[in-house]
Amino acid sequence: MRIRITYQKNGALLYTSTLDVQTIWERSVRRASLILQYSQGFHPQPRIQIANPLPLGFVGAQELIDIWLVDERKPEEIKELLNKSVPKGIYITEVNTIEENGPSLPKQIDASTYSVELLNSDDSIEKIQASTETMLSKDSLPRVRNRKSYDLRPLIQEMSVQINPDGKIVVFLKMPSNSSQTGRPEEVMAELGIPLENFRITRTSLVFLEKYA
Amino acid sequence: MTDKELIQAFLDRYLLTISKPGRYTGGEFNQISKNWEQTELHFAFAFPDVYDIGLPNLGMSILYDQVNRRHDALAERVYAPWEDMEALMRSHSIPLFSLESKQPLKKFDIVGFTLPYETLYTNLLNMLDLSGIPLRSGERSNDDPLILAGGHACFNPEPMHAFIDAFVIGEGEEIIHEIAEAVKAHKQAAAPRLDLLRALDAIPGIYVPSFYAVSYAEDGLIKEIHHIHKPEKTFIQKRIVKKLPKPVTNFLVPNVKAVNERAVIEIMRGCSRGCRFCQAGMITRPVRERPSSEILEALEQSIESTGYEEVSLLSLSSSDHSQIAELIPQVMRMSESRNVTFSLPSLRVESFGPELIASMAGKRKGNFTIAPEAGSDVMRTRINKSIDGEDILATATQIFKMGWTNLKLYFMIGFPDETLEDIEGIVDLTRQIRSIGKRLVGSRVKIHISVNTLIPKAHTAFQWLGFSEKESILEKYRLIQSGLKNTGIKLDWPDYDNSMLEVWLSRGDRRLSDVIEAAWRGGARFDAWHEYYDVDIWQNAFENNNIDPAFYSTRSRCTDEILPWDHIHTGVSKKYLLSELEKSRALETTADCRQICHGCGIQANYAISCENIRTESL
Repeated sequence: MRIRITYQKNGALLYTSTLDVQTIWERSVRRASLILQYSQGFHPQPRIQIANPLPLGFVGAQELIDIWLVDERKPEEIKELLNKSVPKGIYITEVNTIEENGPSLPKQIDASTYSVELLNSDDSIEKIQASTETMLSKDSLPRVRNRKSYDLRPLIQEMSVQINPDGKIVVFLKMPSNSSQTGRPEEVMAELGIPLENFRITRTSLVFLEKYA
Repeated sequence: MTDKELIQAFLDRYLLTISKPGRYTGGEFNQISKNWEQTELHFAFAFPDVYDIGLPNLGMSILYDQVNRRHDALAERVYAPWEDMEALMRSHSIPLFSLESKQPLKKFDIVGFTLPYETLYTNLLNMLDLSGIPLRSGERSNDDPLILAGGHACFNPEPMHAFIDAFVIGEGEEIIHEIAEAVKAHKQAAAPRLDLLRALDAIPGIYVPSFYAVSYAEDGLIKEIHHIHKPEKTFIQKRIVKKLPKPVTNFLVPNVKAVNERAVIEIMRGCSRGCRFCQAGMITRPVRERPSSEILEALEQSIESTGYEEVSLLSLSSSDHSQIAELIPQVMRMSESRNVTFSLPSLRVESFGPELIASMAGKRKGNFTIAPEAGSDVMRTRINKSIDGEDILATATQIFKMGWTNLKLYFMIGFPDETLEDIEGIVDLTRQIRSIGKRLVGSRVKIHISVNTLIPKAHTAFQWLGFSEKESILEKYRLIQSGLKNTGIKLDWPDYDNSMLEVWLSRGDRRLSDVIEAAWRGGARFDAWHEYYDVDIWQNAFENNNIDPAFYSTRSRCTDEILPWDHIHTGVSKKYLLSELEKSRALETTADCRQICHGCGIQANYAISCENIRTESL
């Protein structure tokens, strides 16, 4: 059976890369005494699909993963077993049965939404809003990442700056995360001149392509 | 904010700015987190290398388990921060903290360092310094934790004597509880620190270096080692557990990459072979085997509790386990049915037959390793590796026939009375094995040889020998290199200067404490990492302390010399080691002691029968 797991990722697992998260799922499934399906071939691989890599340090509020199990079980039962078997920092909120041979999960994802919380109390919302407006008014925002130059501007699909209930400034963003383009919220923050240690990013949701929504 | 909150806030804010931040978060599956305030005794177990290296250490896993089983104590962990994290911590005045509760190390009652090898010493000093704990034992007060160290390197504790309050000599499973009781009583009595050291000194297997005085003769040799309060206490005998307790199965599962990510069960402790260069073989006597049923059950349990995709067996010589022939096929069947891989343990050519090799022939063929150690029959006799060239070739043939294509061979050079013929023997043997491989598996054959330089270690028959001179070693390596030219055989050997640090530290005396501190102050860190080890820092440290490093390395020692570790007893007598050295010179072998007892001292010193203790739990 193919199941889709919705989970949160935070705490000690903030600093675990997507590759290592894949290993964590394999081990968690084994600890839960569930049996993963493996691909055929010379080097059988566990059948696991992570929707989209979550960069190091990002909190994941609604991450998605599909796994294929050998035996049929009730989704609620799987959820309970897995929640006892995952390390601290992963919490499963939902398990759903999915059409066994439907399209691959990563191919269904189009974009991600993020909320970026600013940690430095010296930042004023007026200042951030002003610099955001200036930034968004430009036609292009040339940047260099991993020694490759690209234009950041078209990757900012939505952006707004607000104050959350505990008085912290939060930047909301929607950026592509599909097979052809990936937008990085920390690049937007860098463009605003805010250093890495002064914000915390949460991926709030994964947005499906319209035809799969 | 409390210390703990301060540390957590620092981590939340800055971890993303450094490399591999997952090293510092803790929170692994199977981590044990107890309530700090409601627990009386606080142990921190420290491994003085980076997290990824330290996490799988079995000794530390055992102690973590033992202490956390107690209701009155908690055990937490700490590893050496990488240089970027160290710089960040120092710039924010963040002290070294435990992974579980993020408490500063200084708040623990006991900090116990695991020292499996010597090249960790500067990291240990660095960790004390980062914790704000005085480096030297004599400068500490009751506000500081008790600093303990244990592990194989502590069989020569002297170079670290100034920094460690008490060394644990030998196996930790039982003694750790005696230490806990002593510290608890001391804490309740609120007595001076000296009283605690006295109480520890009374526990068999504990070495409190500040209670011993060492004097030197004019030529620099040791004149005398004696206990300053109890002259009758002339030595410390290592601790052993007569019966191995149930193995740990709830290993910590890292959330980021670490070495050896697998469930490992120790199937046997000790070794009966008696290779004359091998320190581990001497210091871990007597042999104790775990029954195959217990091993199998523990492996299954550990797969269930860790979810690891790989299992392995651990011992110095797994093929000598009396039930190995039935155990391996059982483990293979079990691992196949549970979809996990089984990685082979270290095996000895002289003790596994064709049946065992055949039983291991699974679907996937990785590397197969054999360790002839020396290239000629003569040299193998000298080192008591009693196997001849023909047997090695027969084993290699068998391995290729079973379908393995990659063979790794381990050799050593720098043995006593070594000739160039012995070195040519390494080349000849390797080439012959390659020819066999070519014949049996064709061009897929891959031979990799690793040639180490003998470090004559404390408590071995070779402890009196000097470490080889650089020129002689380089000449031998060049000979091997040219002999293997154009064969496609991969050869690696250690850098001579890299080996030198291990030589000094494993053979040194108390005067090295100053050198170690000077090297640390000079910037030495992560000496076990080739890219960080800087021989010049160490040379300067020796020079500034007016100590000739050759005194500890290339100098051979007289057999009547008092050795720095003479007061540390492994149960194997010095007399026996000397007789082994003489037999090596006379080209005599010593049979496996399961066949006949050679009177090494273990039976007498522990009042045991090796035969009974080996098989007691089978």
